[in-house]
Amino acid sequence: MKVSLNWLSDYVDIEGVEPAELAEKITRSGIEVDAVDDRSEGLKNIVVGHVLECSQHPQADKLNICRVDVGEEEPSQIICGAPNVAAGQKVVVARPGARLPGGVKIKKAKLRGEESHGMICSLQELGFDGKVVPKAYASGIYVLPEDARPGEDALSLLGLDDTVLELDLTPNRSDALSMLGAAYETAAILSKDVKLPETAHEEAAEPASGHLKLRVDAPEANPLYAAKVVRNVKVGESPEWLKARLMAAGVRPLNNIVDITNYVLMEYGQPLHAFDYDRLGTGEIVVRHAAEGEVIETLDGSERKLEPHHLLITNGRKPVAIAGVMGGANSEVHDGTTTVVIEAAYFSPASVRKTSRELGLRSDASTRFEKGVDPNRVIEAGERAAALMADLAGGEVLAGTVLFDELDKEPKRVTVSPDFINERLGMKIPFEEMEEILRRLQFPYEAVNGQFVIDAPTRRVDISIPEDIVEEIARLYGYDEIPATLPVTESIPGGLTPYQKKRRTVRRYLEGAGLYQSITYSLTSEPESQKFALETAPVTRLLMPMSEERSTLRQSLLPHILDAVTYNTARQTSSVALYEVGAVFLGEGADGLPTEIEHAAGAITGEWSGGGWQGGQKPADFFAVKGIVEGLAAELGLSDKLSYRKAEMEGLHPGRTADVLLDGERVGIIGQLHPSEQKARDLKETIVFELNLQRLLMEETEALLYTPVPKFPSISRDIALIVPKAVQAATLKSTIRANAGNMLKEIRVFDVYEGDRMEEGMKSIAFSLTYLDPERTLTDEEVSEAHNRILAALEAEGAEIRN
Amino acid sequence: MEQQLQQLKDEALQAIASATDVKSLNDVRVKYLGKKGPITDLLKGMGKLPAEERPKMGALVNEVRGEVTAKLESRMEALEEEAVAKKLDAESIDVTLPGTPVKVGNHHPLTRIIEEIEDFFISMGYEVAEGPEVEKDYYNFEALNLPKGHPARDMQDSFYITEDILLRTHTSPVQARTMEAKEGKPFKIICPGKVYRRDNDDATHSHQFTQIEGLVVGENIRMSDLKGTLDRFAKKMFGEEREIRLRPSYFPFTEPSVEMDISCFKCGGSGCNVCKKTGWIEILGAGMVHPNVLRMGGYDPDVHSGFAFGMGPERIAMLKYGIEDIRHFYTDDLRFIGQFRRTEG
Repeated sequence: MKVSLNWLSDYVDIEGVEPAELAEKITRSGIEVDAVDDRSEGLKNIVVGHVLECSQHPQADKLNICRVDVGEEEPSQIICGAPNVAAGQKVVVARPGARLPGGVKIKKAKLRGEESHGMICSLQELGFDGKVVPKAYASGIYVLPEDARPGEDALSLLGLDDTVLELDLTPNRSDALSMLGAAYETAAILSKDVKLPETAHEEAAEPASGHLKLRVDAPEANPLYAAKVVRNVKVGESPEWLKARLMAAGVRPLNNIVDITNYVLMEYGQPLHAFDYDRLGTGEIVVRHAAEGEVIETLDGSERKLEPHHLLITNGRKPVAIAGVMGGANSEVHDGTTTVVIEAAYFSPASVRKTSRELGLRSDASTRFEKGVDPNRVIEAGERAAALMADLAGGEVLAGTVLFDELDKEPKRVTVSPDFINERLGMKIPFEEMEEILRRLQFPYEAVNGQFVIDAPTRRVDISIPEDIVEEIARLYGYDEIPATLPVTESIPGGLTPYQKKRRTVRRYLEGAGLYQSITYSLTSEPESQKFALETAPVTRLLMPMSEERSTLRQSLLPHILDAVTYNTARQTSSVALYEVGAVFLGEGADGLPTEIEHAAGAITGEWSGGGWQGGQKPADFFAVKGIVEGLAAELGLSDKLSYRKAEMEGLHPGRTADVLLDGERVGIIGQLHPSEQKARDLKETIVFELNLQRLLMEETEALLYTPVPKFPSISRDIALIVPKAVQAATLKSTIRANAGNMLKEIRVFDVYEGDRMEEGMKSIAFSLTYLDPERTLTDEEVSEAHNRILAALEAEGAEIRN
Repeated sequence: MEQQLQQLKDEALQAIASATDVKSLNDVRVKYLGKKGPITDLLKGMGKLPAEERPKMGALVNEVRGEVTAKLESRMEALEEEAVAKKLDAESIDVTLPGTPVKVGNHHPLTRIIEEIEDFFISMGYEVAEGPEVEKDYYNFEALNLPKGHPARDMQDSFYITEDILLRTHTSPVQARTMEAKEGKPFKIICPGKVYRRDNDDATHSHQFTQIEGLVVGENIRMSDLKGTLDRFAKKMFGEEREIRLRPSYFPFTEPSVEMDISCFKCGGSGCNVCKKTGWIEILGAGMVHPNVLRMGGYDPDVHSGFAFGMGPERIAMLKYGIEDIRHFYTDDLRFIGQFRRTEG
């Protein structure tokens, strides 16, 4: 909402208050002022000129040589390129030495050999937005009314000696979508009175009701309809002050009748509509819902197809306007209009909102109806428009108002005690100060038994409960006055849940292991949404996605992590290690919501270990990632419960992929990207993992108890085996463990060889075994006995023992 | 014989002095003091001497042997020291070469901010509450005093899954769910999480972003408690010298509603590009919980009151670290994330 301070001062005395100071006060007490626009800033030496003569420049087709009276003894010669310049016009002249917006300086100049003492200006050159410039002057100079005096300062004529405050209104303060609303707010802040606009006007003896019949068939959607009839109007340009105010408010002037309805809209926040009485044709207005498939051509020239819940204004036969949204072309006021019907109505917010949304039509009118206009100012606004038409368009207002009125105009009664206000605020505002604030707000109230009984003005649709009064008192008393205290509550221990603590541990562990935390989008394309999913479920798709790429919720974190890896490698970061902790969404869970499961996933590519000047760089491989997962299991106390099993998954290397099992239940996957996937992404070997973190974190672990540090030495023995390549280390380990007895404390693989020196299809694998008895020193003999038992068992399973 | 001994001694001392390394010195030891060496020979030849000369001669031989041994040992020590020094010298390295890199990753900057905020409120006795990212319309809007058709729903155009299910547009549904779960008991929570809005991604908008909200409900919770809490928070997060101010605002779920500004941490309030010359930076929205919200959460607004606040970690990170484009948070460029490792302060 743009508030011209010149206009505002019609209603409230703001003299002596600097615009910036006023803006600050308004902001601090409730409505944010986004900008303070001093419209005269950078403008200087701009006067009214009278074009005495105008002839074509001898050297240039498109230029005119004008002799312009600028209030001095001698007229000035000014060259002007505007197509609409003509002798006899009063125009805006920027004289030599003048300043225009954007730091433009006007100097004497020669144009194609002819001297020019200044410039005749268009409104755009004076800083007006092209969108508000009247169409007649949109591509030329602006022409002032005939009574403008040459040499007079043009800025005040154009309303540029003004400052405009731009209010950023929150949805509850629709009352300030009007100059009067802004005036009430300003008056409350400055402790001043509000002077209401003049609505009195002369009336003809003839009653309006003799010319116009009214029927409202949809009283719920239209509880109040008031029509005034004004005849003998002369349609033409509005006076300069009115055009200037509309332009300051951001409205393009059209003609005096339409300008008056827009002026009153801005003044009262009450949208009005003007119909051409003769074009209406029937002397009747019927408000009803549309018929299925009914069509109307609106003012903007487009044809709109309507539905039965859309409310229409008709002439009894055909629609002439979509109620509260836009007028129809067939009844529009035009240059030849002589009799006007002014519509001032209350349309229900919900109805207008629905209609304007469905038709994609939002206007200054619909915005205000949607929020709810002041029921007590509807009729008054109509009177105001009639008065202005009488005054500015020479109209004759017929007696009375054609009225349908079932609207509830009762103010809302709010009862609140001063104690409640102070308790909620944690303050001690005296009773008298509260009374003073209510008076400044012009909220009628009575003090009954120490309570305020307030009749909230109907312009303030946002006031209905005691808490609203708490806010009004607090904001005008000043939030700076509120003390700073801390809540006094039962002492409740705060902190993280065990789950949350463990999740932080996981993040820190993964970062300690060399991975960087990423955060990627939850929305992806439908085909990508199930890629790499540990568990697939029905997809969760948006009703109206903005794009296919962000249409479906992910069931795996990996696709977007891999996108991030690719993004990095494409930008010269060849070694990338990323992880993410986030939810996946498995469709159709409880309550119709997808089941959200927290996962941890990651990917590494490029050099993994080594990497300094000392060399020894090793690329990332499956075992680097498996080591990270094993370390994570150790961190969570789950080492003994996790196992790994050869697996396959689409997109992963079939020979280098493992399921991660928690007590036999699949909770994750580790694998190298399939070579074709790597190629498609232009990646080197890339290894990924994804774990159902939620499952891992929910797994209960035993309390941590210390095991005594061994007092006796352990004995180590190595075993080297030659076995077929397909034999898995885990199988050999379990054979060893099954035959070792309880002295075996640890089995460690310390070497695997599959090279040229081996027979085709065979590999060598070496284990280091550690034997320990916490109670005594073991003897060589008993270790040898166990060891031989193990060797025999391995040989029985076909392993060759190497020496 | 005495003369012979003296000559032997001179010879040995000469040989000790001219030995240049441990090995040649050892050769000297073997030659003069060894079992087959001349001194041993002399001692062996003692038997041929007259008995009265033997003690004198024996003492003399022993004296020479002692002197040679002592010289030899001290020379040996010197040579060993020399050898160690030489070895150490050969082993010296260029200490200015870089150390072996330690591979360590770090938090995403948003996590860094969120954990910092969580930890502050945990220290004030808050719990951390979480909830689903896909929500029912009821928890996201209705339970927060935003019935269907409410104009404020305009402010947050949403990603709907069905008519009644959507991606949450704020973390406030966690507040509604927590109130239900607490069944009328007082509590203090902080709710961090991801939220979603129908926005086109650009430098200042992201269809996915994070929020962190707080909610305190109890008997006689006052607006001054909100102000005090936010004041402590601002000082902890942005520096002890920060001041806060509250400005009236509007949120459907609070009444009164405010926005909190902090005095600019860059210019201290004198006006700069960070605070757009105002001296103040908008940080968060807050207010007293609307009685309708309390009622829907199962609390009696005549008995209970509460305050709530909410902020955007992206905005805070952008202000704090001078980040200019919100999309950096979701591009996962290591050249970006990698900058948020070190401690501050």
